[in-house]
Amino acid sequence: MILAFVLTVAQAMILLAISPLLVGLIRKVKARLQLRQGASVFQPYADLVKLFRKEPVISTTTSWIFTATPSIVFSSTLAAGLLVPVFISHVPLSFAGNIIAMVYLLALGTFFLMLAGLDAGSAFGGMGSSREAIVASLTEPAMMLSVFAIALTAGSTNLSTVVHQTALLQGIVTDPAPHLMAFAALFIVTLAEAGRVPVDNPATHLELTMIHEAMILEYSGRYLALIEWASALKLTVLLSLMANVFAPWGIATTPEPAALGIGLLVYLVKVAGLAVAIGVIECMFAKLRLFRVTDLLGVAFILALLGLVFFYILRS
Amino acid sequence: MLILFLLLFVGYVAGALLPLCFPAKPRTQSLLAHGCAGVASGAGIVLGLVGLFSPEPWTVSVQSTVPFLSLAVRLDTLSAFFAFTISLAGLAASIFAVDYVSELERKVSIGALGALFNGFLLSMTLVVLADDGFFFLIVWELMSVVSYLLVVTEHEKADVRYAGLFYFIMTHIGTAFVAVTFLFLYQTSGSFSFEAFRDPAHRLPEGIRTLAFLTALIGFGTKAGIVPLHVWLPYAHPAAPSHVSALMSGVMIKTAIYALVRMYFDFLDGQFPWWWGFVVLTVGAVSALLGVMYALMEHDLKSLLAYHSVENIGIILLGIGAAMIFQSYGLKELAALALLAGLYHTINHAMFKALLFLGAGSLLYATHTRNMEEYGGLLRRMPWTGAAFLVGAASIAALPPTNGFVSEWLVFQSLFLSFHVPDMFLKLMMPVAASILALTGMLALACFAKAFGISFLALPRSLHARRAEEVPFSMRMAMGLLAAICVGFGLGPVVVVPLLDRVVAPFIGVSIAENILAMDGWTLAPVSIEFSSLSTPAIALLLVAMGAVGMALATLIGGSVQARRYKTWGCGIALSPRMEYTATGFVQPIKRVFATIYRPTVKLETEFLEESRYFAKRRHFEFHVEPVFPKYLYDPVIVFFTTLADRVKVIQGGSLHLYLMYIFATLIVLLLFTV
Repeated sequence: MILAFVLTVAQAMILLAISPLLVGLIRKVKARLQLRQGASVFQPYADLVKLFRKEPVISTTTSWIFTATPSIVFSSTLAAGLLVPVFISHVPLSFAGNIIAMVYLLALGTFFLMLAGLDAGSAFGGMGSSREAIVASLTEPAMMLSVFAIALTAGSTNLSTVVHQTALLQGIVTDPAPHLMAFAALFIVTLAEAGRVPVDNPATHLELTMIHEAMILEYSGRYLALIEWASALKLTVLLSLMANVFAPWGIATTPEPAALGIGLLVYLVKVAGLAVAIGVIECMFAKLRLFRVTDLLGVAFILALLGLVFFYILRS
Repeated sequence: MLILFLLLFVGYVAGALLPLCFPAKPRTQSLLAHGCAGVASGAGIVLGLVGLFSPEPWTVSVQSTVPFLSLAVRLDTLSAFFAFTISLAGLAASIFAVDYVSELERKVSIGALGALFNGFLLSMTLVVLADDGFFFLIVWELMSVVSYLLVVTEHEKADVRYAGLFYFIMTHIGTAFVAVTFLFLYQTSGSFSFEAFRDPAHRLPEGIRTLAFLTALIGFGTKAGIVPLHVWLPYAHPAAPSHVSALMSGVMIKTAIYALVRMYFDFLDGQFPWWWGFVVLTVGAVSALLGVMYALMEHDLKSLLAYHSVENIGIILLGIGAAMIFQSYGLKELAALALLAGLYHTINHAMFKALLFLGAGSLLYATHTRNMEEYGGLLRRMPWTGAAFLVGAASIAALPPTNGFVSEWLVFQSLFLSFHVPDMFLKLMMPVAASILALTGMLALACFAKAFGISFLALPRSLHARRAEEVPFSMRMAMGLLAAICVGFGLGPVVVVPLLDRVVAPFIGVSIAENILAMDGWTLAPVSIEFSSLSTPAIALLLVAMGAVGMALATLIGGSVQARRYKTWGCGIALSPRMEYTATGFVQPIKRVFATIYRPTVKLETEFLEESRYFAKRRHFEFHVEPVFPKYLYDPVIVFFTTLADRVKVIQGGSLHLYLMYIFATLIVLLLFTV
């Protein structure tokens, strides 16, 4: 019981601590590839502290939804993060929800962000919400199918079981093809869900291209800080999901100090690797026009479906 | 139990008759009618609970002098569950109606409305309790006629009359198919009693079984609103007074779900080929997706909710269809799980849809319009209604930890377990159905972000919205009750699942409550906790705790900083409601992406200033979504019949001699036949 509590708190702290770092790392990689010096990888921490200390301005047209949203987004994202294995394969809270619960927890945050976007009454917010609505809806089917492909290979929808069994190579991984396809699908889904290029550009403030940034345009001060932290968390959670579901090797399978230490180190290396990959992708591709995003997400859906088909074909 | 049943019966009858004794006193009429309905539905709730717990079905039967008809009532767990659902929604609607009907006072007779309301509730309850085919058809027809009369409450409006007529015709097509189904069953069993229907000795011949499956699906499907038989629903449900819409959308369409489960798992013994299940699954997936898609394009709040009923019936049918597939392969535990998921969604949908319709009724009461584009900013003027509506929206969008999330999660699990099915085709199709459900869920989320965001947030978009005031106490109480139930059923699957298991077990033959509940019942774990688990209480606690962590971090790092309130930056001009995003604008990207389904027609006419073609004087914008089903499915049928009628008309010449000749000729023909 105490161990479970300690492990949960540790996981929450790790996720909170490294999420700004990952954002900083992506920015640094992008800057270096563009032959710029770039800000320090620790810059996002400074930004957060500064935002927390600033005086927030709240629009007079808003209701309580506007002020409640940052907390709701923060808590739902962090709660989703606690369901994903990070440095130990058996998450103490795994009984609270499987991968579908995790997906819907993230959707809870999206729902409130969409509402908050509409609440200030400016056209930008509505525009962001409207775009988020279409991107989120198209992402979901691909996400569900890739989840299913993973669940099939491991024989479970519980993230902890999936990761644990894959890490111990128990009776699974007959052929990597379905796995790889599901991974590719989930990678595209992650780019869309976390609002990265080529679906959304987190660095833009141009009304033609904003999605996530448009929704949160009216936020300032500590409210903005909570939302920024939450979106960094969301990215971290999705990267952890990919890293540990598809390549869980190295993760601690027992709660022994040495194993936990190794698990944590390996985890950091894996998510850092994925973050670098995202940075590279952001340099290589331009943001897609909103109505071209459908094609990209369609590809993700087909990949996941193919993964499923391959799984059954290879099995029979 | 007899006492409870009599209390229910007498309550509704009294509610129907008493108000008529006090003409010209609308307040007394309203109190009497809805008070009686409240007492009777309270009795119905208790009756349902008692029925769920009683080990043996309870029956009462009165023989009538009419041939074939016996007034038989039977309360088994399935009937009890549906009676409970109907009564619970009925109770909330009755409380709501006490004040709500004052809005209609000047237009209609409150006494008649109250009488019909009671008659409607009584007929729905009797539908799920009837134990005789003939009796069932009578109360089924009574339910249809009474609901028709309720739909045309505001009959002075032409579109309401049209909606009523449309509903009347569609529901009778459905009833015709239901009657045919019962005649099939009667043919083999020689009796209309349900006891004879379910007797294995009277098993239908193979071909007839298939026909009965299809006629039942069409007949009951018309009432349930499955695509493509859903077309009446978005007309009829919004036209009725809101508390009636809540009952029609929340529970009346569920009587069809009851009848389908009764038919397939009871009368047909749960023995069927796999493709029956696949047909139901497909119908469910198509209804779910198209229902939500058409809902997105609606800006009349009540029509939007009506389309969402189509969606949710689809989700329920996904569960039932999966159950039928598993059943056909003898996977009894999975069949029980899927059926349980479908029934869980049935009661959840009844609760949140009733809540949302009552919320829409409150908005109508406060603003006198159903057009979402004329709302806005209502959360600050109607905080209670807004909060209740938000709970309903979160439930229908399946957000944790509400009830809609739990039942959709269960449906997902049952679809994911399809890898146990030995057939390759189904193994692939069921996950595809799950991904359609995922798309549906997200589109529903978008739709309710629109519905809540446009109606309740930002600036008021019209004078009506600016002058809106919070609704009276009884209306708030009804919504509060339903909102509490939505949250309660979300947090307490531990209580709900064993009860539903009692409903499912007699039909499937296995009890799965033990297998589903893990960790002292705090966690739902279909099949095993290794495969999947969900604990909504834990998720709720986690959400609260992490929210507190967020606030604590904010104070810890930032200290206490006072927020400043200032107007939204409108790029230099004062912000006005015209700058806000509209509901039409909000769904524009969705409309464009799914243009193949919507086939939108957009008309933009611009009138320019005379001086320059760069400045527009006036713009006129029109946009329509093509009504695919009415246009390509219904219109040809209607045209066919009207042309046929025109052709046949020639025999009606108007000459008396001609008619006499017809009679003579008929007589000759008949005589020839008999010889």
